[in-house]
Amino acid sequence: MLEIRNLHASIDGKEILRGINLTVKKGEVHAIMGPNGSGKSTLAKVIAGHPDYEVTAGEVLFEGRNLLEMAPDERAREGVFMAFQYPIEVPGVSNAQFLRLAYNEKQKHHGLEELDPLEFKDLLKERAKVVEMEASFMTRSVNEGFSGGEKKRNEILQMAVLEPKLAVLDETDSGLDIDALRVVAGGVNQLQGPENAIIVVTHYQRLLNYIVPDFVHVLANGRIAREGGKELALELEEKGYDWIKAEQQESGAGAPAN
Amino acid sequence: MVTEVVKALSTYQSAFRELKQTKPSVAWVELMRESAMDRFESLGIPTVADEEWKYTNLATLAKEDFQLATQPSDLKRADVERFGFPETAGSQLVVVNGQFREDLSQREKLDGVVAIDLFTAVADARFSKLARNYLARNANYHDKAMTALNTAFLQSGVFVLIPKNVKVEAPIHLTFIADPSVPKSASFPRVLVVAEENSSAHLIESFVANEEGEYFTNAVVEIVVEDGARLEHSRLQQESHQAFHIATSSVELGRASSYNSTAINLGARLARHDISVVMDHEGAECWVDGLYVVGENQHSDTHSVIDHKQPFCNSRQLYKGILDGNGRAVFNGKVFVREGAQKTDALQTNKNLLLSPQARVDTKPQLEIYADDVKCAHGAAVGQLDQDQLFYLETRGINPELGKNLLTYGFAEEVIEKIGVASIRAELDNAVLKQLHANLEE
Repeated sequence: MLEIRNLHASIDGKEILRGINLTVKKGEVHAIMGPNGSGKSTLAKVIAGHPDYEVTAGEVLFEGRNLLEMAPDERAREGVFMAFQYPIEVPGVSNAQFLRLAYNEKQKHHGLEELDPLEFKDLLKERAKVVEMEASFMTRSVNEGFSGGEKKRNEILQMAVLEPKLAVLDETDSGLDIDALRVVAGGVNQLQGPENAIIVVTHYQRLLNYIVPDFVHVLANGRIAREGGKELALELEEKGYDWIKAEQQESGAGAPAN
Repeated sequence: MVTEVVKALSTYQSAFRELKQTKPSVAWVELMRESAMDRFESLGIPTVADEEWKYTNLATLAKEDFQLATQPSDLKRADVERFGFPETAGSQLVVVNGQFREDLSQREKLDGVVAIDLFTAVADARFSKLARNYLARNANYHDKAMTALNTAFLQSGVFVLIPKNVKVEAPIHLTFIADPSVPKSASFPRVLVVAEENSSAHLIESFVANEEGEYFTNAVVEIVVEDGARLEHSRLQQESHQAFHIATSSVELGRASSYNSTAINLGARLARHDISVVMDHEGAECWVDGLYVVGENQHSDTHSVIDHKQPFCNSRQLYKGILDGNGRAVFNGKVFVREGAQKTDALQTNKNLLLSPQARVDTKPQLEIYADDVKCAHGAAVGQLDQDQLFYLETRGINPELGKNLLTYGFAEEVIEKIGVASIRAELDNAVLKQLHANLEE
């Protein structure tokens, strides 16, 4: 589904990703872990198409198509979704209005039926159960005045409505208490299936107790320093990230690529 | 230039002489009109040399030979239906070219409210005392030329009296229709609203055009909210994009009264709205909010004055502007806290969204405080659409064009959503988007 080859990306002339290779097949759950500044979030943003990041080398194929040539909105309509680490507030636009617009844009793109506000309300009510969100959130402005946990739940609600093929969750666990974490992770698990794939970007192993990955990739200095199964996450939890960094330095892999 | 102004003056002078013949009134009104005409003659149409008109140039207005609209309009009730709202059926008062039209108005839902032609009211023994007390009391024609011009041409308009303790359920909808049978006509709508003690009502004013055209509306609305009364006021300016719209809203608040105003400015080629709220009694509170949207070749100017003269009064002001094309806007907001007006709580905010590099706004919030135990804040902002918000929408499959429209709509919504009438909100949502040539449904 997703094929990343030798991906290099920079922001303001500073190289953050230095040759990422990653293959994600449908039905899989991948975890991207790593210390702060390792490039985890950059990878998520590059997949989503954030305009501040410049891809300087490499390629990203999504279902065989060049993802990097697609505008962010086109990527979304094709089935790529990123749950933001810091969801953006959109004052004056109700959650329901926003979600219906996004839903209908996608439906239209695929030649499927668009829903009027009443029909959409039913769909939204159904999907909101996934993250245990109350109806009152639907009439409020997008993320405005939401608590940290509510914002993250709202991200997963959007995922539930848009049913992406590939979902990238950027530090969805940050700032969540244990109950909110359980709800959010439970929501993601309900949405995971044999036809889609999920990339969980996280600093901590905690979330991976709930969303169990098939593969764990550890990033350091913009490269994948180590890969393994879910047990790798537990090892990191125990030993921290320093040994990965040390290992990387020994092998010289941390040096900037030219 | 000077000769042009003189020409405009003489046009109004001859119209005024004619008006005195055709529409005589009671002595005090005759005197008031005379004195207002005198003031207009000596003040003249303001120029940009006047600080209050620094960014709004009336040269074109002065140059154009606008004639007092005297031809009766042949609009029928069926023609004006489209200017009403479902919520105001049975409570709509229609003014065409400044003339109150009994035949086009509906009052079924206004039991207990007096809503009649102002020119009749001034001569009616039941209301003349009230009218004499309040008319031209807050709308000052001594220093303000355009108010003077309106006052000189007082010949109709609307008088609304909400008697003591009366709670009016239906919104009172004043509909000002411009129906210029002859091009370049001028009309001078005038309104006096008195909300007596402990009454409550929602007043809607809408300024609309029967058809697009070049005309001039000069409106003055005076509002008195007596002790303990509550008035919600929605003002919708949707004049023709070729029209000149100059208006004054002068409001006086009684003790522990409440006034909640939302002014939406969408239309006109040149629009100017002066709104003043005087709080000369303790415990009054007001919200004075607004939205102006200007597109290509439009100019919208709002001047507001919130005058805290007594202690324990609150004022909240939020004005938002959306500017597209080469549109221009002016916001000048003065808040005075007079000596002795302790415990004043005043907040003023002006936010502008520039959608085009050619658009321009001149904003000037002013706070003048002469008391020491007060809570006051003000601020102004001018910015573009937020790129992070736009990207967020894009990652949800919303294309950039639609995303921009959605954000612009959201920006306006904070003001529009205040209006407590659903069909007006819906119409304004559409009108804002239409003005920006935007569509959320595609």
